Parts: sequence; C-alpha cells; structure tokens
Amino acid sequence: MPQTSPQRPGTMRLTDAVMYRLPLAGVVSILHRVSGLLMFALLPFVIWLFDNSLGSEISYDTFTSAFVAGIGVVPAWMVKLVVLALIWAFLHHAIAGVRHLWMDMTHSVSKEQGRSSALITLASSLVLTALLGAKLFGIY
Amino acid sequence: MSVNHGSKRVVVGAGYGMRDWLSQRVTAVVMASFTLILLVQLLMPGPLGYERWAGIFSAQWMKLLTLVVVLALAWHAWVGMRDIWMDYVKPVATRLTLQVLTIVWLLGCAAWSVQVLWRL
Repeated sequence: MPQTSPQRPGTMRLTDAVMYRLPLAGVVSILHRVSGLLMFALLPFVIWLFDNSLGSEISYDTFTSAFVAGIGVVPAWMVKLVVLALIWAFLHHAIAGVRHLWMDMTHSVSKEQGRSSALITLASSLVLTALLGAKLFGIY
Repeated sequence: MSVNHGSKRVVVGAGYGMRDWLSQRVTAVVMASFTLILLVQLLMPGPLGYERWAGIFSAQWMKLLTLVVVLALAWHAWVGMRDIWMDYVKPVATRLTLQVLTIVWLLGCAAWSVQVLWRL
C-alpha cells in the first residue's frame, strides 16, 4: 500500500488491535466481539447439549454424564471448562448488549459514562461467571 | 451547489446499515426476554430433572417462542459475523467464502434446533 498519509492507520487488521492500549470501553467492545464469535463457533455444541437434554430420559443421562464422565475421550473437567467459557461469553455479551441499549436510549455517550458502565459490565459478568462457575465445579 | 446535509443528505452505499443496526437490537431484546422467561420457569419450586425440563419445552407456546428465538439468534449472529468478516478479511473471495459458510453454519444449527423442538 502506498504511504500517502502516514498519520492514518490504513486498513484495519486483527493484529493491529494489540498495538493499542485500549480504554475500558474498548476492552468491553473487543470482548463483545470475542464472546460473540465464541458462542457462534460453539453453537453446535450448545445444540448438542440441548438435543440430548430433551431427547429422552436416556439421552438426558448422556447430557448429565457429560459433566461427570465427559464426552468420549474428552474429560469432564474440559467439558466444564468449555461450558464455563460459554457462561462467561453469554453473560458478557448480554450485559454489554444491555449497555448498548441503555446508551442508545439515554444518549449516555460521555467518556465518564462510557468508562463507568464498562467497568460495571466487566465486573458484573466476571462476578456472575465466578458464582455460576463455582456451582458448575461443585464448590457449593 | 445543492444541499447535501440534514434531511437532504444524499445517502450512498448499500444503505442497509440502519436495518442491520436495528435488527441486531430487536433480536437482542427478543433473546433477552426469552432468557428471563426461561429463568422464571427454571426458578419455580420443585426438583429439576428430565420431566420438568422436557415439560417446559413441550408446551406449544414455548416451542413457538423458542423457534422465534432461534431465528432471532441466527439473524443476530449473521449481522455480527458479517461485521467481523468485513472488518478483518479484505480479499473478496475469502470474505465471500466465509460469509457463505457462516450462513450455512447458522441455517444448519437452526434446522437442528427445529428438529429437537418438534420431536418432543
């Protein structure tokens, strides 16, 4: 690409993202993407779980044993870890989505509002993930 | 020179930005509402086993609602994934391939969900 204006970043590439120290709102934004992509990629796994949980009493046992005995060669702790990642992805994506709706409806677009709501989004999704994760791994 | 701002602004491009923006929000509200409705049913008293879980989804209204949510999810994910491909993948052939695979992926998942629901 010809260097006509060196000030401009030019074509956006995924690798460019790591060159910036993102503000909190930016962290929420890129994680919104990452969490969405993760859920998109794991959609068949979710439907597989859904399928087994509803199919019959026998397939329901397959569903529950995925968290106890694992799935085939995949051990149970890895299944739980993937489900934990999905739980975080869902919570972060949903809360960041509500943040978007709130910003759209109330025109809350100042730097301070962006920062504080980003902090709330990151914190609440992580706390809820920790609580549900503790339940998932049988800590309580 | 003719006026080209405010309500007289000449809109160029494909012109589906507003539709994508709005549809992603509407589908998000549908999915969030479904989450709350499902959560309320799950938090009802009583042990949660196969009987109750299958009972929740065997109601006709719940099947139809879940179908609407599946379609909303597919649409929502399509808009989001398309945004990702448009931002990071520049070669037209690769981008088109990824977009087609995204649609195939989402349609496959949606069809599977329908099978799961109506076998019940």
